[in-house]
Amino acid sequence: MTDGGGMDIIITGLVLGGTYALIAMGLNLQYGMARIMNLANGEVLVVGAFVAFWLYTAGQVSPLLTLFVVAPLAFALNWLIYRFMLLPLVRRAKSQGQLEVDSILVTFGLSFVGVGLMLAFFGGDYFSYSYLARPVRIMGETYGLNRIVAFLGAVVIGGLLYLWLERTRPGRAMRAIAVDPKSARLVGIDVPRMSALAFALGGTITAMGGALLSTYLTLDASTGVLFTLKALVIVIMGGVGDLRGTIVAALLLGLLETFVAAWIDPGLTLAAAYLLFVLILLFRPQGLFGRKA
Amino acid sequence: MKRRTFGAIGLAAMLLASTAFAENHAPTLTVGAVAPKTGPLAGGAAVSYWPNVRLWIDDVNSRGGLMVDGTQHMLELIEYDDQTNPGETIKAVQRLATQDEADIILPPYSTGLNLAAAPIFNRFGYPMITATATVDDTKALVSQFPNVFISLGGAKPITEGVAQVLSDLRDRGDIGNRVAMVNVADAFGIELSQNARPALEAAGFEIVYDTSYPLGTQDLSTVIKGAAGTNPDAFVAWSYPPDTFGLTEQAQIEGLNPGAFFTAVATAFPSYQARFGDSVDGVLGIGGVDADGEAFQEYAARHEDVTGEKPDFWASAMVYSSFQALEQAIEAVGTMDNEAIIQHIKDNSFDTVIGTLDFDENNNNPAFWTVGQWQDGLFHGVASTGREGAAEVRARDAN
Repeated sequence: MTDGGGMDIIITGLVLGGTYALIAMGLNLQYGMARIMNLANGEVLVVGAFVAFWLYTAGQVSPLLTLFVVAPLAFALNWLIYRFMLLPLVRRAKSQGQLEVDSILVTFGLSFVGVGLMLAFFGGDYFSYSYLARPVRIMGETYGLNRIVAFLGAVVIGGLLYLWLERTRPGRAMRAIAVDPKSARLVGIDVPRMSALAFALGGTITAMGGALLSTYLTLDASTGVLFTLKALVIVIMGGVGDLRGTIVAALLLGLLETFVAAWIDPGLTLAAAYLLFVLILLFRPQGLFGRKA
Repeated sequence: MKRRTFGAIGLAAMLLASTAFAENHAPTLTVGAVAPKTGPLAGGAAVSYWPNVRLWIDDVNSRGGLMVDGTQHMLELIEYDDQTNPGETIKAVQRLATQDEADIILPPYSTGLNLAAAPIFNRFGYPMITATATVDDTKALVSQFPNVFISLGGAKPITEGVAQVLSDLRDRGDIGNRVAMVNVADAFGIELSQNARPALEAAGFEIVYDTSYPLGTQDLSTVIKGAAGTNPDAFVAWSYPPDTFGLTEQAQIEGLNPGAFFTAVATAFPSYQARFGDSVDGVLGIGGVDADGEAFQEYAARHEDVTGEKPDFWASAMVYSSFQALEQAIEAVGTMDNEAIIQHIKDNSFDTVIGTLDFDENNNNPAFWTVGQWQDGLFHGVASTGREGAAEVRARDAN
């Protein structure tokens, strides 16, 4: 429908993919590494977004600076949640399946607690503000500067995380617990500690994503579940426990939705996204980068 | 935000205190309210619905209560969250009627939830004056549920209002003939766009772009690029709150700035103005109020005073006026005889913050605002089906 050529659509699609990566990378760490299917993931994102909104409207603090406030707070909060609410489940779980069921139930409950607390503290109103809502020209086409900044944020966060996982000792240990927690213990990795770290780090990235997304998305206290759903689809498409898979799946989804919107019909974007999801589940159920169980 | 938290705690404390003391001092009436506090419509309800419930209770109680059976009754509020789920709405109304034995039940929020709850209101015989339901065929609805009253208006008059406003702008030479139209793909967006197509074409407009996007979509750059590519003279979006914000921001980024720019729900919200600042000037939106009218000004000041929030410029005052009509009907009847109250609402007119509210033979309020426009910091009604105080529509500085 747009007369714009391919390049315009590719950039728009990649930028949307960056948004999706911000939504899903944290859940990948939590589910893939720490083995916790965190259904309260979206609420953490909304909290991050709200802090950015609040600091911006109350004190004109740039959301990019807010990231450095949100990150340590989210890390501490998620670490505490893991330590006191999830670790007992990990300890008593006899199998991976049991842990999954237990953690789904607990985090599902937590998501309601999260929504309730946010309603009590922020109220139910929409929160949105205007930040860097300016056009930038890239190769002759215009894009929202806030979206480009969020995309760069996704690149930086994803890049650092990837390097950390690939190049450092704790990163390697974390990949080890993703592959096989039992064997990881045998080589001297403190699995509970690494899992707590993975969970807390995942929450941190999700909350930072929320702060970045708040510069152009309109949210309210109960929108978290939409992000949880999207993140879940992306993590499963990409393959559980592999960061590259999540990033590739996020970009694919962004590109697909933009192509469909531009060339077929914007009304079909969701249908196309779920069609891709179904196809991947049918032909590669372990996800794009997943290992066969 | 802090203020609101304290407000909520204060309110809770007040209510608790009032139940504790009121038992001894004055008789009370239980008022039930069911609407979304969570789920997709929670954001809208938090602006247009809940503050008005609290304001109305506060207004009635601070003037001494509601006169029923010859004595003043203080109102006691019970709130339920229906999670934007019609099943929950019905359950909560049932609970209010049977377990809480509510004397008054306020209608829920939004078209879908009101339609879902109409049968249960009817079963228990409560009057139901809805101010947030867009219904075209009120006759069919009301013949089935004669306790239901509709005040917000229907899709057909609203789209005709938009066509009229655009025609006025065109006849003055401010815009041309080309309209780009988009809609959110849910019941609201589909119905409004279906009504808008014939209305715009009958007014001689050419629809040069016409597409929909899924509910909840906030990435609308492709939609806006598509619309901008057709070089329209007017942009019309049948949109909901998250996408109303998304479309407006994206249009500014893409430089889609036609002589007429219309977005639907949430355009009249104070948060829309807060986000976009002076650039909202000239933006058209669904609904409206007589923003300069004394009744609205006074209501808006009280709303902000009591709830800590500003009302919006459309549904807020509609919601409050429906509570006022109910209040006046109850006091006129003088007892909690719901049948008599319903008859009284049918037979009389009511003086409210939006002016006179007078239901026709189909329990429908025929006079409502259809289109408004941001002008100098206020969202003024510019087209209506018989409301007074319309401002003249202005052209935007197009480029």
